[in-house]
Amino acid sequence: MKILVCISHVPDTTSKINFTEGDTKFDTNGVQFVINPNDEFGLTRAMWFKEKQGASVTVVNVGGPETEPTLRKALAIGADEAIRVNTEAIDGFAVAKQLAKVIEDGAYDLVIAGRESIDYNGGMVPGMIAALTNANFVNNCISLEVDGTNVTATREIDGGKETVTTALPLVIGGQKGLVEESDLRIPNMRGIMMARKKPLQVLEPVTTEAETTSVKFEKPAPKGAVTLVAPDNLDELVNLLHNEAKVI
Amino acid sequence: MEIKNKEYIMSVLVYTESEQGKFKKVAFEVASYAKAVANQLGTTVTAVTINANDTSALGNYGVDKVLNVTNTQLDTFNAKAYADVVKQAAEKEDAKVVIVSSTADSKYLAPLLAVGLHAGYATNVVEAPSSTSPFTVKRTAFTNKAFNMTTINTDVKLVAVSNNSFGLVENSGSAAAEDFAPTIPDSGVQVQSVDKASDKVSIADAEIVVSAGRGLKGPENWGMVEELADVLGAATACSKPVSDLGWRPHSEHVGQTGKPVASNLYIAIGISGAIQHLAGINASKVKVVINTDPEAPFFKAADYGVVGDAFEVVPNLIEKLKAFKAQQ
Repeated sequence: MKILVCISHVPDTTSKINFTEGDTKFDTNGVQFVINPNDEFGLTRAMWFKEKQGASVTVVNVGGPETEPTLRKALAIGADEAIRVNTEAIDGFAVAKQLAKVIEDGAYDLVIAGRESIDYNGGMVPGMIAALTNANFVNNCISLEVDGTNVTATREIDGGKETVTTALPLVIGGQKGLVEESDLRIPNMRGIMMARKKPLQVLEPVTTEAETTSVKFEKPAPKGAVTLVAPDNLDELVNLLHNEAKVI
Repeated sequence: MEIKNKEYIMSVLVYTESEQGKFKKVAFEVASYAKAVANQLGTTVTAVTINANDTSALGNYGVDKVLNVTNTQLDTFNAKAYADVVKQAAEKEDAKVVIVSSTADSKYLAPLLAVGLHAGYATNVVEAPSSTSPFTVKRTAFTNKAFNMTTINTDVKLVAVSNNSFGLVENSGSAAAEDFAPTIPDSGVQVQSVDKASDKVSIADAEIVVSAGRGLKGPENWGMVEELADVLGAATACSKPVSDLGWRPHSEHVGQTGKPVASNLYIAIGISGAIQHLAGINASKVKVVINTDPEAPFFKAADYGVVGDAFEVVPNLIEKLKAFKAQQ
């Protein structure tokens, strides 16, 4: 089985979110970038398939050279090879078109992407690449088993979950549950040394047009201070929630 | 001449979701949003529904016309089939703007629809367009830590409205229903079983969410959390450590890697407020924190706070709320 894991290069959750150039660009100054958490669960599940069932694992990112350390980290975790499509990730649709080209050229059986990136939160790339490559698609995927070309997966739905069957070729939008947080791997020294020798191929992009354009960013208005209510005065809390906040 | 005319008859199509024949609340919210967009464009709203029993209620939110699809092949949700139905409705209506909600099902089908319609797609949209030419919307980004103004450049535009952001706006519309019989494609994904608590409010639908963390010391202490939720008609949720410890099911985990919450009221009990937790819940409008530690980071994110022992505060609050509800 040929697996492709799509890796988004995102600011660490604890990063300060600031913007530059007239609030049009994310300020990367002092920001540490990581593998998108939703993608990391998928990468770890891909490693499980490789080790338990036999599979090759390729990781891919659409982005500039600055994203290569994130791909090297994925190689250190155990992916066999990496691909970087050398273009700025301007919008979800454009990224999906770049990835669809990689998927078609590489004839991957299973494509694992995260349900959304934690920076732009678009949540559209997995479904779009499935539609563009005519593959089956399971979103919000929290468990995945493959037997030959038959697939059983679980999808998180509002208020519960559903179990589905489908077949390869398949794209999933994955999340926590594919593996548990305790299964995530920290690259060890041997992995890091080996990652340096693994192939990282840089591909030039196909021509796309931007379907959407980011105009500018805004930060939410600063929040007022908390109103404290004494634990022996909970009538006041009920009063505030009813009369001031109007939520009960 | 004809092409020029088309630009002026830009209709707005909205996919109004139902479950077991009844509209979800978000259906009325997206209909309200669609009406606002239609007003800006000087056009009308058409809704497409799948196996909904009674579509007349859509008129209250400004829907002028309903394309009503009834087909047993669509009894269970299927993203590919549903996306294709909405696509055919959009093409029939020559819709230039298509609106969907942010439920798990809508976010599943919308990327497929975007490809099918060659539509630029903006998700997590929180306000009516600030301009329709260029078509610019405000969306959340960086997990609610920022807003992003985004322009959709394509001829057909697809917008996913963030749940509970625009609200319900009453408007009159005729909601004239018309049967619509689209072709149903082979879906490729078959549902085998659904595991869903039908008697409980889901986190996605809930207006109030009561959530608890490790401060509750053990799963045996969740009775008061459930009772508080019952009194408020709320959904229950939990922090990540609690689901990792197996005290509560994973489906209750809210936060960055869990479910997102955008309720009107979020009550956090014994949750310190790690940044990953706050990222997942800060789209909620009003936040209340109950914690023994006044230094807990959640107090900086909350609107109302009680510094105190949950084992005393929560039972007390339940009594106060019962008394309040009895007066209403």
